[in-house]
Amino acid sequence: MTRKLRYAAIAIALALLATLPMWMGNSYYINIASQFLLFAVFALALNVLVGYAGLVSLGHAGLFAIAGYSGALMLQAGYGHLVADSAALAITLVASAVFAALALRSTGIGFLMITLALGQIVWGVAYRWASLTNGDNGVNVSTRPAPFGLSLTSAPSFYFATLIVFLLAIASMAVFVRSPFGASLRGTRDQARRMNALGYNVWLIRFLAIVFSGFWTGVSGLLFIYYNQFISPQVSALTSSAEVLLMVISGGTATLFGPVAGAAIVVIMKNVVSAYIERWNLVLGVIFVVIITFMPEGLVPGSVRLVRWAWGKLQAKPGAAAAQPSKLPSEERVP
Amino acid sequence: MMTQITSVQAAILAINSLALGGLLFLLSSGFSLIFGLMRIPNLMHGSFFMLGAYFGVTLLSWGTNFWLAAVLSGLAVAAIGGVIERLLLRRLEGQVLPQVLLTLGFAFIIADVCLMVWTGDPSQPSAPAELRGAVQAFGMFFPLYRLAILGVAVVIAIALWIMVDWTRLGAMIRAGVDDPPIARVVGIKVSRLFTLIFCLGAALAAFAGVMGAPYLSVYPGLDFEMLPLALIVVILGGSGSLLGTLVGSFLIGFLYNFGQAMFRDLAYVILFLPMLLVLVLRPQGLFGRNVA
Repeated sequence: MTRKLRYAAIAIALALLATLPMWMGNSYYINIASQFLLFAVFALALNVLVGYAGLVSLGHAGLFAIAGYSGALMLQAGYGHLVADSAALAITLVASAVFAALALRSTGIGFLMITLALGQIVWGVAYRWASLTNGDNGVNVSTRPAPFGLSLTSAPSFYFATLIVFLLAIASMAVFVRSPFGASLRGTRDQARRMNALGYNVWLIRFLAIVFSGFWTGVSGLLFIYYNQFISPQVSALTSSAEVLLMVISGGTATLFGPVAGAAIVVIMKNVVSAYIERWNLVLGVIFVVIITFMPEGLVPGSVRLVRWAWGKLQAKPGAAAAQPSKLPSEERVP
Repeated sequence: MMTQITSVQAAILAINSLALGGLLFLLSSGFSLIFGLMRIPNLMHGSFFMLGAYFGVTLLSWGTNFWLAAVLSGLAVAAIGGVIERLLLRRLEGQVLPQVLLTLGFAFIIADVCLMVWTGDPSQPSAPAELRGAVQAFGMFFPLYRLAILGVAVVIAIALWIMVDWTRLGAMIRAGVDDPPIARVVGIKVSRLFTLIFCLGAALAAFAGVMGAPYLSVYPGLDFEMLPLALIVVILGGSGSLLGTLVGSFLIGFLYNFGQAMFRDLAYVILFLPMLLVLVLRPQGLFGRNVA
């Protein structure tokens, strides 16, 4: 029954996503939907580490920016889209491997702090090495690619391209989670020492997970530069890493659809909040504090629990007298 | 890409490096206490520095004595840090991810509140009157205030060293960190002690912020510029080691100033190189204890 419900929910969500440009009409909203999908790919990538490997990275915006900058700079230098994008992905994979080799010198807090420092290095290059990255002025991307001769300049066409990449990403995540590799990665998260004793190479499993995560981070970085047609150092800042981490934890970690829900929540909230007040960082910070203090299991499961709890309280009031007698016999049975 | 520097420039850079090193020590020693000893990934540490600096700016604009302003702003930030630690962080003992998110959340909140209160314009209070001049030595002028920062850092380093290694309080802290349950059994109030260390760390950061304000000036974004510096100092020196923090601070101070002068574009990146080297060759840091 729950399985059928689940499939039905997925089918409805897919149908809604596939027809979104037809009922959304306004291209502003279609663009927000594209934004949501590309950040969902980013959040899915980070969830591989945060959710399944138990490694919290605060430097993923660095990898995102490496992909974006490599792509943008190569396009600016006159290379074609195919060459620029493949080269950017290759560079991102190498960068992920370097990140992994350094950050895996440690786990837990150490891992997090090292990834934070590595992310800041990328920010430093993007911001200060002006002769390479054009500094604060950023890099423009003049054209979007036209795969198989289909132009992606309009909002709906770009949305569909992003949707296809997103579906590929989520399919690869589904395969990854069910694969023996996914199982061994979860094993290293829960019982690293036992996995080691069983003969698994814990370091290698984690290393490959970081590179896998780096790949999809790179893909989302490329989607980002094509979506925005511009990249600036802000993309690699700690705030960006924190934002995508918020997407992962708000939806609930180590679930397939949690990061997707989280991406939707954060992107919508950011667009709505930014329309009314300038203080997005303040809102982001307050959300973090509220989540940690009141619903440590994530925004979506947490809200469900809080609503249930409130509902239960409401229901319990009239039935309080009836509930009490049923409780007494069970206490009497205790010897 | 590399710029040549003369020996006179080198001497001035060396003084600046010592001053920055001293400032970094004030900042990172607090971070080392909180992160190295208590294992709390305090991502608000740069925010404590910036908030302290802004408090200092306001107090100085009211005509408060410079040193009094530095101490008062240290106390104010210690109180804020203490409240956050006591009410929120304390419940998350041992849970790294929630601690990170909570401190990061507060870092964003503090950054935005500072932007609202003190606006986006940088402010640079002047150094105390008695330290505004320069001393002449070896035919060169050295700004007195930068030497004063170094002096204050050395005094605080000695005070911290005596406190941690030679006093009863220090012994209790070390016991509380090494084995909290046993420390509790022998009657040490570990929980209260940890709050005290957290407040001390926050106060040191804020004090450093006021000390640094006439030198670095205060501007939005200073928080996330200082946090990675504290981080690399502690990774470099080895977490929990005061001597390591001291050596790491001066190393980064020199690297920052000379890197800035010689490789302008890459200065910020060069800063991280020794950290990467240390991670590869000696993950526990230069002076770190070998902990599993």
